[in-house]
Amino acid sequence: MGISESELLEMLEPAKQVLPPKIFDELLEKLKGLTLTKDELSKIVELTINEYLNVLVEPGEPIGTVAAQSVGEPGTQMTLRTFHYAGVRELNVTLGLPRLIELVDARKLPETPIMVIYLDEEHRYDRDKALEVARRIEATRLENVIAKVDIDLVSSSMVIDLDPEMMIDKGVETDDVVKALSKVKAVSQNVSVDENDSNRIYVQVPPNYDFMKIQKLRDRILKIKLKGIKGINRVIVQRRGNEYVLITDGTNLEAVLKVDGVDVRRVFTNSVYEVENVLGIEAARQALVNEIHNVLEEQGLDVDMRHVMLIADMMTLTGSVKQIGRHGIAGEKTSVLARASFEVTVKHLFDASARGELDELKGVAENVIIGQLVPVGTNLVNLAMNPTLARPK
Amino acid sequence: MSGKSVKKKINVLEHELVPKHEALKPEEVVELLKNLGIRPEQLPWIRVSDPVSRELGVKPGDIVRIVRKSPTAGESVAYRFVVSG
Repeated sequence: MGISESELLEMLEPAKQVLPPKIFDELLEKLKGLTLTKDELSKIVELTINEYLNVLVEPGEPIGTVAAQSVGEPGTQMTLRTFHYAGVRELNVTLGLPRLIELVDARKLPETPIMVIYLDEEHRYDRDKALEVARRIEATRLENVIAKVDIDLVSSSMVIDLDPEMMIDKGVETDDVVKALSKVKAVSQNVSVDENDSNRIYVQVPPNYDFMKIQKLRDRILKIKLKGIKGINRVIVQRRGNEYVLITDGTNLEAVLKVDGVDVRRVFTNSVYEVENVLGIEAARQALVNEIHNVLEEQGLDVDMRHVMLIADMMTLTGSVKQIGRHGIAGEKTSVLARASFEVTVKHLFDASARGELDELKGVAENVIIGQLVPVGTNLVNLAMNPTLARPK
Repeated sequence: MSGKSVKKKINVLEHELVPKHEALKPEEVVELLKNLGIRPEQLPWIRVSDPVSRELGVKPGDIVRIVRKSPTAGESVAYRFVVSG
């Protein structure tokens, strides 16, 4: 060995200043196994730096257009409507083109909202403990635990029969039901449990209620939430590697983060809007990158991450997630012609003429329209002559 | 009776999706803007009402440095300008 490790690091110092950490680590790793002279090493470092600087995106490169085409072309090959069973047979997840459109449109609620919840050290390895957390999260309504509800018109009361099996399954006690029922204003004082059968509850309806009103009350009572989190309709416990994770139908990131037993660092939702509100714009950017990349990957399309990252960067530019479209990025272009060439042409031209807008012709689309060279690449440079300097000798 | 009876304090900075954020010192701001040759509002924005902004306690006009984990570079540094709203 000609060079010691400390010397190697010292000689790599100029590379460390320039190269991104990942490439630098790779370089270091490869050099460690080689026997080199100092001259060879410094040559390698120099070449690596030059090569890196050569492949950087040049000023004037139309990266947006390239990104749009790189996602757009594979997009035409995507299945129009695909449902995929994200590893769980019971849950359908929208994927493919519909999901991609949903993401770039920055919809507030995905068509199939889903959460993936990892659990903390205590609940992670045991199925029963995971189920315990699942019960805390899953929203249980009265209708989920009843066998039947009868309306007795003679005494104007309701007889609710609870299903003991479902009660155990959902972890609900009769007391919980009574408590929840007494929060309903119309019947708050008139809830009683049968003395002989703890699974039978009588609810006295106010005497002035007619049949229709009682029916409505019954429907309302069935929807009462007994426990769990609003919006989470179903929770499935699944094994991933050596731990159990929860997969939910429905999403409510803010509330789930506060539940005991979840790993606060690893609670994920496929609703970018919720991520933005709860975790901030940078997390939303990351979520967008992950989601778009997953959709493309799942369809077997090999799109470079950099294009996806550019899309996410643009969508989160102003501090909130904006769609790519006429209500977002495309709609906020400065050029009238560029906006008009996208969607609702007449409206944009009309508004612009009413306001007396000026088009500076600095972008790509507007220059294509008027048949000028596009200001991209070397054409980005403007030449101007200063006549006072160009005096003849 | 409900599962969220115990109030937990959530620190959003701990979440896996949230990269490292830090507020820049005034002298760092001057240097950054000089190096990039731009006005601060030309940077991407972050709102004061953003959960991370609130956690950091930054004010409109500040600049936040964000160290993202990147699949292509390993680590990449980005900046956001704090705006009101």
